[in-house]
Amino acid sequence: MYKIIAARELAPKIKLFDVQAPEMAEKAKPGQFLIIIINEKGERIPLTIAGYDTAQGTIRFAFNEVGKTTKQLGCLKEGDCIDNITGPLGNPSEIKNFGKVLCVAGGVMIAPMLLQIRALREAGNSVTTVIGARIKDLIFFEKEMESLSDKLYIATDDGSKGHKGMDFLKEILEKDKFDRCVAWGPVVMMKTVSQLTKPCSLKTIVTLMPIMVDGMGMCGVCRVTVDGKMRFGCVDGPEFDGHGVDFDELVNRQRMLLPEERLSSLLWETRGGCACGGK
Amino acid sequence: MAESKPKPKIRKEAEPMPKQKPEVRRKNFDEVALGYAEEQARAEANRCLQCPKPQCVSGCPVEVPIPEFVKLLKEGKYEEAARKIKEKNSLPAVCGRVCPQEEQCQKLCVMGKVGEPVSIGRLERFVADWERERGTAQKTENPTPTGKKVAVIGAGPAGLTVAADLAKKGHKVAIFEALHLPGGVLVYGIPEFRLPKKIVRAEANYVERLGADLKLGFLVGRIYTIPELLKERGFDAVFVGTGAGLPAFMKIPGENLGGVYSANEFLIRVNLMKAYAFPFYDTPIRIGKHVVVIGGGNVAMDSARSALRLGAEEVCIVYRRSREEMPARQEEIENAEEEGIVCKFLANPTKFVGGEKGWVKAMECVCMELGPADESGRRRPVPVRGSEFTMDVDTVVVAVGRTSNPIIQSTTEGLAVTKWGTIVADENGKTSIEGVYAGGDIVTGEATVISAMGAGKKAAKAIHEYLMNKK
Repeated sequence: MYKIIAARELAPKIKLFDVQAPEMAEKAKPGQFLIIIINEKGERIPLTIAGYDTAQGTIRFAFNEVGKTTKQLGCLKEGDCIDNITGPLGNPSEIKNFGKVLCVAGGVMIAPMLLQIRALREAGNSVTTVIGARIKDLIFFEKEMESLSDKLYIATDDGSKGHKGMDFLKEILEKDKFDRCVAWGPVVMMKTVSQLTKPCSLKTIVTLMPIMVDGMGMCGVCRVTVDGKMRFGCVDGPEFDGHGVDFDELVNRQRMLLPEERLSSLLWETRGGCACGGK
Repeated sequence: MAESKPKPKIRKEAEPMPKQKPEVRRKNFDEVALGYAEEQARAEANRCLQCPKPQCVSGCPVEVPIPEFVKLLKEGKYEEAARKIKEKNSLPAVCGRVCPQEEQCQKLCVMGKVGEPVSIGRLERFVADWERERGTAQKTENPTPTGKKVAVIGAGPAGLTVAADLAKKGHKVAIFEALHLPGGVLVYGIPEFRLPKKIVRAEANYVERLGADLKLGFLVGRIYTIPELLKERGFDAVFVGTGAGLPAFMKIPGENLGGVYSANEFLIRVNLMKAYAFPFYDTPIRIGKHVVVIGGGNVAMDSARSALRLGAEEVCIVYRRSREEMPARQEEIENAEEEGIVCKFLANPTKFVGGEKGWVKAMECVCMELGPADESGRRRPVPVRGSEFTMDVDTVVVAVGRTSNPIIQSTTEGLAVTKWGTIVADENGKTSIEGVYAGGDIVTGEATVISAMGAGKKAAKAIHEYLMNKK
């Protein structure tokens, strides 16, 4: 059992948890992920590590309440317990002094990106950051990002805050010369960024969270095509060179079980969601 | 009964195993084989000749004292019989169900020469079930602590065996299991209808009662590495029993389409995550009307029979060799065919074709014929030119083998590994690193539950000797 030490809302339906897990806190590195199982009947879902505190013995992750499991997770409060958390899983990010790094984070992935940027800064990099979301209310960590970045840009799909869409990146890429790009977020965003950075041959690292079950190489449902080869998101990744990823296939595979996921989510809500505890 | 001349009175045929009827069982996940009733078990036990030099025991990788437990069973001492088995085998209810006895103990049974061998596996199952359901809670001995600590990596058949044997010797044992439930392949691979999960749980609980500390959700290599366990966490020895958990794919076009599962994914969803009870359990699975399973082993049989129970209209097993070369147990092939599963031999897929929304809709195949024998001793299948055909399918399960998980090997410096990624170990499980032992599928490649337990048994003995001689 893993006790939730702190729970806070970052934006509507986006939550951040700190969970008691001293061994994991000691071992976790930026770029790795966790597999979370809420209870005996729960599914195993992967979430990117957004922080760790070895002194407090806690591990941090953020999630977006989109499906049954994340909605149920969102109902948990400080002091509640999660049945099982396995991690850290996957390969840690490559962190060293690259020089000038462009970090682009979208949606819930803004939370783990903060950890990534901190590590990149500590390694001596200068960081230009872009945070994006669908609408302005879903932007968070603006202040934190500002204090860690040389420059911070904000983008929303509807233009309600900052730039509208990601097209402005083209200008940034023309103006400035970067040594590396890290793009974490929804698949469509990572695809767009990878397409924009390809003409200037800017190495772009994306983190892939396909459907996973075990998260440690056993089931192969997370298989992705990178440079024409079959790779597993969980053990070969989660980070890959965005210029080699077959994003369209990834989108397809992420949607494989959409009807079942919708059913599950709908049943959870019609049964009262939080009210019945769902346990 | 006239003990001196039992021969004329002994039946040549084994007591049949009661089973759920095929038309009933193909619609549920309950256990197919129902187990002997008491009278049947006694009757079958009476067929045992109590040979003065029993051959059966030498066929058992863990050397279960077969004549002794059968004798206790004959006398109605079921609980004692179960304990007699547990002296050597900590997972009797599992082995009684999934061991290939026909290739092991029963193959050597003298009764097999005049008729059918004694159904040793079914008797083992009977006493193990009797003890679990009706026995008194077993007192576990309290061995004198040795002060030595052993880390067991993986709570599968090999790991549980090592843990039980070493805990009985008084060593402090911690089992690190990467999944959230103990049992390894017993819980993620073998379906409920062949091995109910509550039985696996009960047998793992027994190992815990012996004193082993079970840590779930600990992936060694990521959270601690083997060198850390030995140098920083105070363990005196390590046993690696991480199994053959990685799925093999065929590397043919269309394998990443929706509806194409690895057998591992399919079975993990169904068994470990109980997707057959979706949406009461959260993990979903989608099953179509026309399912094909590719492969000819027990995993293929398990996948096919699971697919049928999930509601598939037709399930076809496609195997590139012929029936004779099928590695699956005969009993499982018969069970599958009784349930209505069709086997298509001498055929091999070459491509999966996608339809709407990236979901598989057809499978292109080629017919095969058998050429000369390959290194495995089986005749190598070769494609027949011009024999291509297409099958309409909407679900594919690829059950063409499993390989070893590389996480331990890649995080343990100095650990010798073969070119197939398995760990190099001698017959006692000793690896290239002092104090590190390995056994089961991680050493041999994909094999049976009982051979992994046999390897665990030997490794436990070697680890015990190593610890007692260690300064």
